[in-house]
Amino acid sequence: MKFQVLQQSHANRGRSNSCRGASPLDSSADGSGGTTKSAAAIFWIMLHCLCCLISLVLGFRFSRLVFFLLFSSSSTNNLYTSTLTAPFAADIAETLSFTTSLRNFSPPLKTDAVTSSSNSRVVVGRHGIRIRSWPHPNPEEVMKAHRIMQTVQREQRVQYGIKNPRTLIVVTPTYVRTFQALHLTGLMHTLTNLPYEVVWIVVEAGGATNETAALLANSKLQIKHIGYGKKMPIFWDARHKLESQMRLQALRVVREEKLDGIVMFADDSNMHSLELFDEIQKVQWIGALSVGILAYSSHSDEDPFEAPKNLNELDEKKSPLPIQGPACNSSDQLIGWHTFNSIAYRQKSANYIGDMAIVLPRKLEWCGFVMNSRLVWEESEFRPEWIKDLDMVATGNGEIENPLSFLKDSSMVEPLGSCGKKVMLWWLRAEARADSKFPAGWRIEPQLEVTVAAKRTPWPDAPPELPSKVILENGQKNATKTQTQRSRRSSRGKRKHERLSARISRERTEK
Amino acid sequence: MRNSSWGFLLMFLSAFLLDLDAFELRKGQKTERISGSAGDVLEDDPVGRLKVFVYELPSKYNKKILQKDPRCLNHMFAAEIYMHRFLLSSPVRTLNPEEADWFYTPVYTTCDLTPNGLPLPFKSPRMMRSAIQLISSNWPYWNRTEGADHFFIVPHDFGACFHYQEEKAIERGILPLLQRATLVQTFGQRNHVCLKDGSITVPPYAPPQKMQSHLIPPSIPRSIFVYFRGLGARAAVWENFKDNPLFDISTEHPTTYYEDMQRAVFCLCPLGWAPWSPRLVEAVIFGCIPVIIADDIVLPFADAIPWEDIGVYVDEKDVPNLDTILTSIPTEVILRKQRLLANPSMKQAMLFPHPAQPGDAFHQILNGLARKLPHDKSVYLRKGEKVLNWTAGPLADLKPW
Repeated sequence: MKFQVLQQSHANRGRSNSCRGASPLDSSADGSGGTTKSAAAIFWIMLHCLCCLISLVLGFRFSRLVFFLLFSSSSTNNLYTSTLTAPFAADIAETLSFTTSLRNFSPPLKTDAVTSSSNSRVVVGRHGIRIRSWPHPNPEEVMKAHRIMQTVQREQRVQYGIKNPRTLIVVTPTYVRTFQALHLTGLMHTLTNLPYEVVWIVVEAGGATNETAALLANSKLQIKHIGYGKKMPIFWDARHKLESQMRLQALRVVREEKLDGIVMFADDSNMHSLELFDEIQKVQWIGALSVGILAYSSHSDEDPFEAPKNLNELDEKKSPLPIQGPACNSSDQLIGWHTFNSIAYRQKSANYIGDMAIVLPRKLEWCGFVMNSRLVWEESEFRPEWIKDLDMVATGNGEIENPLSFLKDSSMVEPLGSCGKKVMLWWLRAEARADSKFPAGWRIEPQLEVTVAAKRTPWPDAPPELPSKVILENGQKNATKTQTQRSRRSSRGKRKHERLSARISRERTEK
Repeated sequence: MRNSSWGFLLMFLSAFLLDLDAFELRKGQKTERISGSAGDVLEDDPVGRLKVFVYELPSKYNKKILQKDPRCLNHMFAAEIYMHRFLLSSPVRTLNPEEADWFYTPVYTTCDLTPNGLPLPFKSPRMMRSAIQLISSNWPYWNRTEGADHFFIVPHDFGACFHYQEEKAIERGILPLLQRATLVQTFGQRNHVCLKDGSITVPPYAPPQKMQSHLIPPSIPRSIFVYFRGLGARAAVWENFKDNPLFDISTEHPTTYYEDMQRAVFCLCPLGWAPWSPRLVEAVIFGCIPVIIADDIVLPFADAIPWEDIGVYVDEKDVPNLDTILTSIPTEVILRKQRLLANPSMKQAMLFPHPAQPGDAFHQILNGLARKLPHDKSVYLRKGEKVLNWTAGPLADLKPW
């Protein structure tokens, strides 16, 4: 609509052009005298009519374009011509009221050179669009801008983030196995990303090993690497029990060293989101979170989440979502617990580590709880009276399934994560078979030369062949010793090395 | 002699007490107090400082117009309607015109909309003229001062010049009948025909609920350096900075426009068709430092809000160097600007909420009016004295409405 109006106004201007053109013409005509007056007047009239006609045809005041091209200063800037409002030489006076490039609006009829110079710019807005010669960003300025943003964000954290964050004491049971590197590295990176102080207590079943220590050495975290005498059993039930005991051992360390902060139980195979760590800062004594249970099955045809459909209707009304955590009423008070419904999976659950079946969690896992470290301190004045002392809890023969055993009154648990509605961590158990092998420290060490005496090498003159072929041909030859040697070795590379080194040694002996 | 000395003593005492008050408020706060050139006036309460009489005009001037086109309630110029509603139920309203300090005429001149929603100003002068004729003939208060103690809300592009095109607006000038009245308008530019001395500049209307519903948690880090969405005369910015990764500028308005502003450090507010923009209001609400690229602009409530401390002024000719200018601002200055923007009274002053809340734009308008009191004795004309020329202006305006 505005564009149409603009066109309309241009058309108006074009039309009224001729009328207004006449008035200064008259004045100029009066000013000069005699015969020259008529010649000049006729010339101007004709030129003016010509310009009018051309303007009418083209639809804009092209005369201004001519003026602009003739008289515009040589500027290095590019000027973008859209609406033409530069005045024609003859009628500066009238255009003062029309141009939009007025800086100091004064009453009309001032024919200053000043106004004409500012009017020579064609405009969108008031100035022309100026483009600098090198429109690319200056790297120093980019760095400055980033530093500004960093400062702003730091200030935001100070203003709106957590005030006085407490140290995080993370308790993780682990042991050396194929998947350890995968799980532990993931957890390590999560903890490294936190803006909080972290004390990581890693309890290792089977004693503290160099393997685990090497993995942990890569991080810059403060780590307490503790060994626990017993080896990790193969059966899941026993493993869960041992893990609970290892966690209690870690709590004993917290007690002895009087560590102050928030204790959380991060199993090495679990997945934690960074929002979780901000949320648990809110805990006062003991808090509970919702844990997403990723009970997977390696059988592709069996969908574990389909299992609930086989249950009767009563069970179907329960939420099929596999989440453990606090249950609240509408006023956000803790009224109960969502526990994992393992009935549906019982037939198909895994018994031992590496079993091709679902690994089930307990009713409520340790990882869904966070505690103030003062709960486990020795002096009872630090903790509320509804907390049992650690020694009393830990010496019992029964398994401590979750920290609720610490409480005399389990209604004092604080639900976190908007009363359990937000799931910020996921429980997962993914392990290879207990007897699976993996390279120590995940480094493939190249074998140093194995110098084998020439007489042991099977075929001194044969070229290096594929192992399968070698085995076939071997049946024809008598080198039984080397045959057994060969079958023992498992990597093709070693065989090649052996052949090569054998050839070298043979060549040496021949020389 | 005695009275004057007592008066002096009282003045001294009151000044002392006022100082104490001001000191108490200055306790540690994370947000900074806005101290305008007139003191901490954003938090002033206008109730008790002025009285406003609202003329009862026939509904063809207000209600019927609104009924014809209810879109007027949501566009940028809706302030005139909301101000009327606010005044009707405000404690500053008085039903006795004899005790009124200010007189308000509820005429909705900006409610004639095209199908696209843009207001047409062609009938506005006649509407205003007709309204003034009505009040001058039915009540004696107009003729008493020829409008000097009356105020009008004229929120359109160029205020009381009643045109959207600058050239035409300048040519028309302010409606002659409004020469002596106080104008409350969104347009503000120094040394411009359409900005009268003593006018009150207000922000354009922005729907408060819509903006509130797009708020994100303030802890989300601001990761965009400069943000701008818009078109038209902002081409200078586009041409210079479209390849600069620090500048997030485009002509398309995404649905996450409000959320993006809350993630930006600077928000550009360049001049558009008319030299004001709702971007300023949005930038203030969302805590993004406004970069004002409009020479000689007069910003809303300029006597109460210290815009130089809050925003960054960039001359239009300096636009090619915008990145240099913005990156060379010291970080303490930037943090201070953000603290000032975080002040809730600052945000409140830019909004027209309904129902009205203390410290909002309605109250700031009343504060502005209260600051102009008491009226100078010279505004009261002697009997028979006439200043206004009722026949001035284009012929088309003189037709009855």
